[in-house]
Amino acid sequence: MSRKVKHPTTTPGFDPVRRKFLSTMAAAAGVTLAPGVMLYGIARSTSAVARAPASAVSSDVRWGMLIDLNRCDNGCDDCVSACSKENGLQGHGRQSTDAQWIRKVDITNPETGASQSLPVMCQHCAEPPCVDVCPTGASFKRADGIVLVDKHTCIGCRYCMMACPYKARSFIHESLEDQKPHAPRGKGTVESCTLCVHRVDAGGQPACVEACSDTGGGAMLFGDLKDPNSEISQRVAKYATQQIRADLGLDPGVRYRNL
Amino acid sequence: MTLHRVSMGMLAVLLTCTAAAVYATENTTMENGVPKPLIAMGQGDSCVEDTDSMRRNHMEMLKHQRDETMYRGIRTKQYSLKECINCHVVNGPDAIPVTVSSPQHFCRSCHDYAAVNVDCFQCHASRPESGLPDISHGSDFAGAAK
Repeated sequence: MSRKVKHPTTTPGFDPVRRKFLSTMAAAAGVTLAPGVMLYGIARSTSAVARAPASAVSSDVRWGMLIDLNRCDNGCDDCVSACSKENGLQGHGRQSTDAQWIRKVDITNPETGASQSLPVMCQHCAEPPCVDVCPTGASFKRADGIVLVDKHTCIGCRYCMMACPYKARSFIHESLEDQKPHAPRGKGTVESCTLCVHRVDAGGQPACVEACSDTGGGAMLFGDLKDPNSEISQRVAKYATQQIRADLGLDPGVRYRNL
Repeated sequence: MTLHRVSMGMLAVLLTCTAAAVYATENTTMENGVPKPLIAMGQGDSCVEDTDSMRRNHMEMLKHQRDETMYRGIRTKQYSLKECINCHVVNGPDAIPVTVSSPQHFCRSCHDYAAVNVDCFQCHASRPESGLPDISHGSDFAGAAK
């Protein structure tokens, strides 16, 4: 609710001292009165730590990514190969139909000749059009903002692929075997970047981000956009960042800097 | 008369053997005259529930768990398909775990017997990842993906 307020310090009636006092009192009440309240408080304040496997995802978190294009080299595709390896994506030599969850897009200004290269994957929109158009409810957004396909209910109609302005989704045309156990994929269903949801649930970060920091330029930053203390929130607050096709009002969770 | 009885007895034995040969296929065994599936034992002492519950309700457990994991991110191991696969692994003659394409696969051995189609493995891996050769072709694919 308070997330909608862009500049809380300018909100009339806002008193940081009073808020701090109230939150301290709430935490104290949690300790003395109800252990459940206390646990909830801890879970909120340390969202970077892995959730317990039995606890559900919460809308107190919104996972997002910030990609600094000044650090993203034209020739580097470490994020793409890391994604393929992590999720067991295999090409069949058919570029137009092979699955791709992340791709490098090279853009050039025709007037100046200046070029940039940016990784584009599912942008994990707050208002995802793929979810709006899905006739079976297979395309959905998790409470923490990760947009996924429930392949148990996907009928492969591909409306979501048409609706996605980022061309982020792929359809699987071939029968598959020996998929990665954490990334089930099957013929006749649509799929896209899951933000490596299996890693995120275990407290890790997506494979592309890890590869970018290990062997790439360290351009990608993953984190919780709702946690004001997370590095991504602080950078987003400090620097000018862009969402691709922000004019569509989809509020993507993937943001770019120096685009 | 005695000779006749003996020959009838031999005929009965012969017929039983023929029946056994017809019904006891590669993946079934005869038990008190009834063909039973040959099911590989899982690892460890016992399954996550008793055998009767597992036989009757494993599909409900898996379906419940799949929705919990998919929509709510709950990744407990007790009813997870991944853990079923890890525990009920069956090695082939080459000591590599078999996929569901083999009649010896744990799920398939019973599903074949019961003539119930199992759809899980159209998307899910039917054998554990560990011990398998690396199947991804990351660098080859990356070039094509651009």
